[in-house]
Amino acid sequence: MDYAYTLWILTLPVAMFLTIGLSGDRLKSNAAGILGTAGLAVIAALSWFTAFSYFGSGLPESGFQPVIAAQTTWLAFTETLVIHLGILLDPLSVMMLVVITTVSLMVHIYSLGYMHGERGYNRYYAFLSLFTFSMLGLVVATNIFQMYIFWELVGVSSYLLIGFYYEKPSAVAAAKKAFIVTRFADLGFLIGILLLSFNTGTFDFAALNDMSGSAIAQPVTTVFMGLSVSTWAMLLIFMGGAGKSAMFPLHIWLPDAMEGPTPVSALIHAATMVVAGVYLVARLFPVYHFAAPDSLEVIAWVGSFTSLFAAVIACTQLDIKRVLAFSTLSQIGYMMVALGVSGYGDEGVGYMASLFHLFTHAFFKALLFLGAGSVIHAVHSNLMTDMGGLRKYMPLTHLTFLIACLTIAGVPPLSGFFSKDEILVAAFEHNKVIFAVQWFVAGLTAFYMFRLYFNIFWNSDPHYHHTPHESPPTMTGPLLFLAAASVLAGFVPFHDFVTTDGKPLETEFHTLVAVPSVLIGLAGIALAWWMYARKNSRPESVAQTLHGLYSAAFRKFYIDELYLFITHQLIFRFISRPVAWFDRHIVDGTMNLIGNTTVSVSVAIKKMQSGELQWYIWYFTSGVLVLTLILLYLN
Amino acid sequence: MNWDQLFFLRHEILLSLLIVFELVADLSDSSARQSLVNTTIVLFAGLTVAGFIPLANEASLFGGMYASDDLRILLKNILNVSTLVFLLQSAGWLNQSQNSYKTGSFYLLLFSTLLGMYLMICAGDFIMLYLGLELATIPLTLLAAYDHNLRRSAEAGIKLLMSSAVSSAVMLFGLSLMYGIYGSLHFSEMSQQGAMGGSLGVLALTFFIAGLGFKLSLVPFHLWTADVYEGSPLPVTMYFSVVSKGAALFTLMLVLYRVFGQFTGVWSLLSYALAVLTMLIGNLFALRQKNLKRFMAFSSITQAGFMMLGFVNPEALGMNTIIYFMLIYSFSNLAVFGVLSIIHNRYGKEQIEDLNGFYKTNPGLSLILLLALFSLAGIPPVAGFFGKFFLFTAAASRGLYFLVLIAVLNATISLYYYLLVVKAMFINPNDQPLPAVTLTGAERLALVLCVLGIVVIGFMSSIYGYIQTVVG
Repeated sequence: MDYAYTLWILTLPVAMFLTIGLSGDRLKSNAAGILGTAGLAVIAALSWFTAFSYFGSGLPESGFQPVIAAQTTWLAFTETLVIHLGILLDPLSVMMLVVITTVSLMVHIYSLGYMHGERGYNRYYAFLSLFTFSMLGLVVATNIFQMYIFWELVGVSSYLLIGFYYEKPSAVAAAKKAFIVTRFADLGFLIGILLLSFNTGTFDFAALNDMSGSAIAQPVTTVFMGLSVSTWAMLLIFMGGAGKSAMFPLHIWLPDAMEGPTPVSALIHAATMVVAGVYLVARLFPVYHFAAPDSLEVIAWVGSFTSLFAAVIACTQLDIKRVLAFSTLSQIGYMMVALGVSGYGDEGVGYMASLFHLFTHAFFKALLFLGAGSVIHAVHSNLMTDMGGLRKYMPLTHLTFLIACLTIAGVPPLSGFFSKDEILVAAFEHNKVIFAVQWFVAGLTAFYMFRLYFNIFWNSDPHYHHTPHESPPTMTGPLLFLAAASVLAGFVPFHDFVTTDGKPLETEFHTLVAVPSVLIGLAGIALAWWMYARKNSRPESVAQTLHGLYSAAFRKFYIDELYLFITHQLIFRFISRPVAWFDRHIVDGTMNLIGNTTVSVSVAIKKMQSGELQWYIWYFTSGVLVLTLILLYLN
Repeated sequence: MNWDQLFFLRHEILLSLLIVFELVADLSDSSARQSLVNTTIVLFAGLTVAGFIPLANEASLFGGMYASDDLRILLKNILNVSTLVFLLQSAGWLNQSQNSYKTGSFYLLLFSTLLGMYLMICAGDFIMLYLGLELATIPLTLLAAYDHNLRRSAEAGIKLLMSSAVSSAVMLFGLSLMYGIYGSLHFSEMSQQGAMGGSLGVLALTFFIAGLGFKLSLVPFHLWTADVYEGSPLPVTMYFSVVSKGAALFTLMLVLYRVFGQFTGVWSLLSYALAVLTMLIGNLFALRQKNLKRFMAFSSITQAGFMMLGFVNPEALGMNTIIYFMLIYSFSNLAVFGVLSIIHNRYGKEQIEDLNGFYKTNPGLSLILLLALFSLAGIPPVAGFFGKFFLFTAAASRGLYFLVLIAVLNATISLYYYLLVVKAMFINPNDQPLPAVTLTGAERLALVLCVLGIVVIGFMSSIYGYIQTVVG
């Protein structure tokens, strides 16, 4: 099979970026949008074609094998340490190609409507192309060095996209925060790469993941501060992944990054960039599993904590995009948990489940963001207090949003149910505590998503200045497509395709896990309904007629009020608010403190640069002498 | 006299001829001066090209005082290319009416310093090296004071003169101690003997490094940098930060790796300390600068700290990465200064806030500046990233992960202030941004060369491969 054509998947977005970016205002806005979208359609078609020919060629005896579609030696650093640039196709990267290009195409189409008439429309499409290019380059990288280059490029292009509304100071600050925080995480990544490559003598994923290669067969067991060097290397690499994937405590940039245009959030903060960390761990999974099992344990706990932490915060947010941002954190936490608890080969359910969830999450979370964008477009506000009753005005948005909410809540037979269920199964077999946490988070997820849903589409009408109306077909089209994908993605026989060793995996259906997880999801939905669907000044029309009996009974016994008391007074006040406060003031504050300290040290030493020559000479000579003394002492 | 020697000396001879030409041109009437800028650029371009002609290079002349080999020729060629770009970028400034009468003498002084740098690089003993160093420094003080009607320019000249006198004295002291220890100042004789002199040897070596560290603006020898950079005319600042710094770096490298091989323990340790100090102090000061020239001064100090990372690795890998980094740094810095001097020549502005909204009116120039700043910050895929990455690898291969950690942290801090400039151009609102500029041919050519350098060097592995073979 010749896959050389996959080179076009990388070259086309660059060509589009250069064409749209350099033509400036000479290109009409509409033309830029259509050109970008058409280009991306071609890329998506190519990716799908690649997927079909890769998976469709029939399963080889030894499982799906990685294929190097194109490769050129870029640099021979030493004789063994050679850096290549190339395209690697394996189940993981092919799956990512499909996800990225599909979601990106939907975002491109959607933006035709959403960004219509915005200033800098061309710039927007140029940056989108750049981002798509970087992300695609990241997933097809044949070696960790190439991946790092594209990794940083992803950071740069997302910086440009988040800061798109540069008139807004908050957007600018958010863009900078995202860039610097992820860069900070990347310093761990870079040192991890150096450690790993120097101990193994290679950058190539194929050699690193090779069972008899030095990374796995001869891990460096020298202990440094209680952990082996190999574990340190893999943990440092994970630090980079945790930055991009916004794992606690490096998550602080993601909620702020919601300042960017909503379709950008759908692309970057749902389907692509934020899952780069998951992708990174999955890419090096054999090394993690065999050479540094301790670090997998860390990953599982970090993921679990993040998913709980973020879900709790999501319950308190009023800005609908922030709810989605925290929800994303929580869902990525799930993926990390699954990787952390996974075994290899026949026991690799967690690995498969993690990527399966990545796959389904991309669709339903992009759908949620785009749906939120559609709502924001109609209401001109991000706050759910300004919304309500929108189901009458925006039937399509309402329908698709509902589907997405049901999917993320894990209601069968929607895709989210299947992927989340696999994760819970994997966690159940590995660690009961983590399982319990994830099970509880599943309930929280359903609760906060439906809190969002009811507040937007049900509840009472606020007084709209203009009657909200349904978005144009360029926006509802992608919504419908993604809704269909969210429904159907669960039926993809994922375990036949993407597994740790390329061979199909037998999965069983665990009633013991599936039933409770569905139940807690439904309970969450019901709770949300109790609290938000009817909490309004309107006579209890819809809600009452549907559930009149229930509510009457419950109200009579003041269970409703009791519940409100428990949730609002106890849980919110004593758990959620403190957690949110901790996040904003302590975690965020620590990062700020590091920055502020740097600045204050800088102020403190400014006297050194007095402008007076005699002092310069004094520093010079005393500097020489002090250095000499130190050297003599050390020798 | 063996005529072959003329070929080995081709850089020096051609440059000397150019100096004589400038002297004559400066004495001639003013009408000839009008075209002097263009003529000089063309002549120097010829010299640059001639430097690349492959000829036999191994030689030792004048009783071993002058040495030539492939590596030295490469280093001189790198300086030539930087100087050529510099000449293109300074043309606009020299053509301004208030400067045109001193064009000839400007070039005269400039090429004298370059000749001094050639001699530093090609020195075969410390006497020649010192001679070259002084020739490279004293005319520079005049250039720093070139805007002689400006008080701050005069101040820059005096400060440079005084402090470089001190640094020369310290260095000479070190060299005389060396002579006392070894009984010779010839590189070949010194390198053949083992480490001698004990503590005295360490003292002598430190004094020598301090002398070149001064030119490289390593902390704590850097204090002149900000004042001189700010006070000097902008093209001179550019020359300081690229060509002069490059020459000092190359000389230090040649001497440490080739002559003081027996002292590696001492100087790699010293480089460790200097790298940490320089990166940190440079960064901390750069954070608060508002003036672009001062900002670039501290930025160049920080970059010098990164260069010292290469020195902690006393193997060939260290040299490779140092040369590679300097090459990339030259192009990046020239690009930044190129854009700044275009702005400065037109509008006389040099504060960061003057760049507010620059992207709206000058998208092309803003993008070039963005690219150059990203390269300095070390963001992939521009070349600066590769330069830094290789330096990190050089340090990491010695197992100095703590140093690498500090370096990567500093790279992150530096990203912050480079982004401040980017933010000013692209994001800060401004009702009256600097109007759009039309570039002259020379400026355009210079920027094209810089951008090519920034983009291509990272991806043309043959360049790094070539450096590797030359270093051997």
